[in-house]
Order: sequence, then C-alpha cells, then structure tokens
Amino acid sequence: MATLELSLNEDVAVTPVRRVRRLGPLFWAAVTWTVFILAAAAFAGVLPLPSPTDMDMLERRMPMSGLHWLGTDGLGRDELARLIHGARISLTVGLCAPVIGVTIGGALGMLAGYFRGRFESLVVGSMDVLLAFPPLILALAVTAYLGQSLFNLTCILGVLGIPAFMRVARAATLTLARREFVIAAEALGATHARILLRELLPNVFLPLLAFFLLGVAVTIVVEGALSFLGLGVPPPISSWGSMIGEGRESLEVAPRLAFIPAITMFLTVLSFNLVGDTLRALTDPRQGAL
Amino acid sequence: MTEPALLSVEDVSVDLPTPRGNLRAVDHVDLTIGAGRTLGIVGESGCGKTMLSRAILQLLPKKAKLSGRVRFDGQDLVGLNAERLRKLRGRSLAVVFQDPMTSLNPVLTIGTQLIETLQEHLELDGLAAKKRSVELLAAVGIPAPEQRLTQYPHQLSGGMRQRVAIAIALSCEPKLLIADEPTTALDVTIQAQILDLLAREQRRRHMAMIIITHDLGVVAGRTDEVAVMYAGRVVERAPTPALFKKMHMPYTQALLAAIPKIDAAPHTPLPAISGRPPDPTRPVQGCSFSPRCRYAGAQCYREKPLLTAAESSAHQYACFHPIQLAGGVIA
Repeated sequence: MATLELSLNEDVAVTPVRRVRRLGPLFWAAVTWTVFILAAAAFAGVLPLPSPTDMDMLERRMPMSGLHWLGTDGLGRDELARLIHGARISLTVGLCAPVIGVTIGGALGMLAGYFRGRFESLVVGSMDVLLAFPPLILALAVTAYLGQSLFNLTCILGVLGIPAFMRVARAATLTLARREFVIAAEALGATHARILLRELLPNVFLPLLAFFLLGVAVTIVVEGALSFLGLGVPPPISSWGSMIGEGRESLEVAPRLAFIPAITMFLTVLSFNLVGDTLRALTDPRQGAL
Repeated sequence: MTEPALLSVEDVSVDLPTPRGNLRAVDHVDLTIGAGRTLGIVGESGCGKTMLSRAILQLLPKKAKLSGRVRFDGQDLVGLNAERLRKLRGRSLAVVFQDPMTSLNPVLTIGTQLIETLQEHLELDGLAAKKRSVELLAAVGIPAPEQRLTQYPHQLSGGMRQRVAIAIALSCEPKLLIADEPTTALDVTIQAQILDLLAREQRRRHMAMIIITHDLGVVAGRTDEVAVMYAGRVVERAPTPALFKKMHMPYTQALLAAIPKIDAAPHTPLPAISGRPPDPTRPVQGCSFSPRCRYAGAQCYREKPLLTAAESSAHQYACFHPIQLAGGVIA
C-alpha cells in the first residue's frame, strides 16, 4: 500500500498550471467603451459641457461644429450634453432595476427551489400573476398614481424583472438541490441557511450573473422604449430613449438626432453583453468539467 | 459483542410513497455496531442499503416515513430535534458517498470546503483550520496538499476526489463513518487503495465504520461483521469469518458465486442470479427471495422466514432451507 502512495507522489505532485486565456481586441474595445460611458456619466457635472436644458431657438438643429460637437437638437439644446446627461438616467435605471430584480427574484427563486412545497407554489403562482399582468399597463398605472420620476421608473422596471430572475434562480436551484453535495453538506451538519448561502449560492450565482448582464441590456432598451412613449423621466431631463423619441420628429431633416442616441445605446448594450459573457467564461471554474 | 453498542438500529422500516403505491425500502431491520468495529452491509441494487444509511443519518427524503428506533451513542436519533441532530452530523456521524464527482461542490475549492467544515464544527480560526486541512489531506494520501487547497474538484482525478471526500468526512474525528459504496465509481486499482485508506484511518482513529457495498469481495477482509440485505430485509447476518466459512442463506451464496474468479478457466460461464429482485411496491407473500431460489419449497412461498440463530447466536439467517454445506464450495 505504501509503495502505491509513493509512486503516486511523483507524477501528481506537479504544481497545477493556470491556463492563460487570450481576451481578444473585441473584449478590450467593449471594456473601453463601457468605462468611457460610465466615466462620462459619472463626471457629467464637472465636464466642460453646455447645459443640457438651455434652449437656443436661433440655433435649432445645427450641424456638428466646434461649439456643439454633435450639433443641437430641435429646441437648440446641445446634443452631446444631452447624450451624456442622458447616459446618467439610462445607466442608473439600467443598473439599478436589474439589481432589484436579481436580489428579490434570486432570493425567492432559491428559497422556492430549495424548500419546494407550498412556498414554491405560492411564489411561482404570484410570479405567474405578475408575468400575466401587461407591463405597459402597470407602468402607466404607477406613473399615473405616483408621478413620473427616476425612482418610480427604476422600481417599475425592477419589479417587472423579478419573475424572470426568480425562474432562473429556481431552475438552477432545483437541479442543484438534488445533487449529492447538498446531501453531503447536510450530512456534515450544515444548516439550511448555510446550504443556501455557501453551497447553492456560488453555483446559482453564475447563471444569475449572466442573466443580470442580459437584464441590464434589456432594461436600458425598455427604459428607452418607455421614455419614447413618454412614460419615462419627465422632460426636460434627457434619457437616451426620450432623445430618440424627440429625434423622431425631425427624422427627415436631421436623422442624426435619433441615430446618435440609438447608436450609443446599441454600443453600450453590446459592450455589456460582451464583457459579461467573457467574464462569466473566465470565472466559471466548471469550464472543462463534465 | 460485549461492549455496549455505539449504534443500534431497532426494527427500522422506511416507506416511500410512490405513484405506484407504497414502497417499503427498508423492512424491519435490526443492526448493532460497537465502537471501533466495522460492519459490512451487502446487497444488490435497490435492496435498501442506501435508504438504510439515510435512515441512520435521518436524511431521508421528506416524504419518506420512518418507523423504529435508531440509537446512537445513547440517544434516539428518530425524532431528535433538528439542532441537536445537526450538531451530531459531521461531528460524530460522517458519510462518504458513492460518487466523488457529485459529492463535492463544483464551484468551491477543496480548501474552502474543508476549512469551512472544520470551522463550523471545531470552532478553529482560519489559520489553524488551514493547517489542519493540510494535515488531513496529507493523511489521506494526497500529494502536495497545500497546492490542492486552491484547486477545484474538477481539477482532481476520481480517486483524488474520493480522498478529499474522506478527508472532509474524517475532519471532525467522527465516532461512526458510513461509507456508502465508497469505491463503486472508481477504478479497480484505486478501489483497493481507498479501502485500505479507510481501514487505516479507522484503526488510527478507533472509529466505527459501516461499509455499504454490492461486492462481497469488498467486505471479506475488511469487516468484523456482515449483514446481507435483500428486498429491504436483513437475510443473513454473521461475523465475517463465520459467514465466509459457512453461509446459510441461498442468496448470500448466490451473491458470492456471482463474483468473477480470476483463477477460473477461460470461458467459464459466470453464475448469475436468475430473475429480478421483487417489485418493492408489491410485497411478496412468503420469503422475498423464493421466486429466484432453487431450494424454495412450499413453505417459502407461504410465510416469511424470520432471522434465526444458527450454531452461534451471532450468526443469524432468515431461511427455511438453509445450506448446511461448508461454504466456499459452490455448485
């Protein structure tokens, strides 16, 4: 027996080599864009920009120039300033709403998938109700009662995201809770809380993170759609969606007014997805397993 | 056995409700095991071995119904409150599962899994727990233990993973280790190493061990006592040397005959047990092995044989037509 152990020592004792992965220029381009947009949004107040709300009726729909880098919009407001200030709104909603969804939905989904039984039926049932409720009507109703504000908008989009996150978390938990390592943890005397937080959460975290980044992208687009419909932040505050909506009126004369915010939104959403996918692939320790 | 039993399973039955009706997975089982002793539980797939081990640990599926008593170290585990049971598990009672691919958490490092178990039960600080993890990994024969701590389960081979699972099970010096088919998912060459490892650690720590397996060969040299299970019941139970010298139950004999022999001539047909185990949702009247037993007589189909003692009280069997021949020679 001892000889077997010794002969094993030599070939297995080699230090494990960490695989280095090439990230590629696309990933770095996406990171650069994301950082750029985030920084611009964060420092919008201190950047030497004209006011995003000051109108200049003599300089409506001006083309790009040294004074107005991206020109002016239909009311003579600086397009670049509106774009950067709009990024604040779009990114705040786009990041905060999925956080609400992933926290509440993830917790409910894990509890439902782990404890099963009546609690699960209750959670799944109420989520189905929420899913069946037309989202636009809910948004209309809430803004009608509580008024249009950034906070209300974030909450509506966050609540609307809960069922999807719940389903992802529950599906992942259901398959994992049957695995032997959960029984093994229980056999080692782990509490339910411990099993949920230390054994299951790290496993559920990866699919949730991937879905969260997708959620950010979707929310930015949905916020745009709601603002386009006039349900977003109230004017004169700009967001990318409301800018596209306003640009629509002068689509024949100055198409850039709709296209510039649209392209910005497209690039941001694409970058989030690219970064998210790459990070997930990098941090998933299960790669190559199974 | 003169010393008081560490674990005694008294008249334990497990019922599982299934869509096809009630499934009696474990049927009135009595077992005892003393401190530092080894018990082998042998039987084919689906005979209730695993359910019995889960019943001992009180880890049965929620819908399962358990009756009987499981006394461990002076207290009845059945109906023990969750908090005290939790303290007992891991600390005094530990398990090694069949498949090390699934019994370790795939997204946590070996170190995290070991250290957290240690901290949970022994209240060690981080550094002491880490030091002890390295010692444990070294004890179970893992080379370069310190580097292993930062690795994930998928980076280790099956045998290595099972060693890690054993290290985790041993981490809190349990009084009883239940090894549920610890070698089934492993290579034949690794199997012997793992069994030797378990035997060595058992002697060193003076813990009791239950080895659950379908392979009589596994229990032959490594247990003090063997219980053979069939269709949820213990059909023969004896000290290991007595059992292999003289087995009384036709099922035990058939199980032994079904092991391929390395010294058999080429093309020797392997004696298999004909038929299938009975459907556990439809209890058989009479002896549950009778449909497959070549010695079965009219009485076997009518009534269930009870466990009765043979020449020594330690050797018990449940059969109306026990084999009286000396064991080892199989027709």
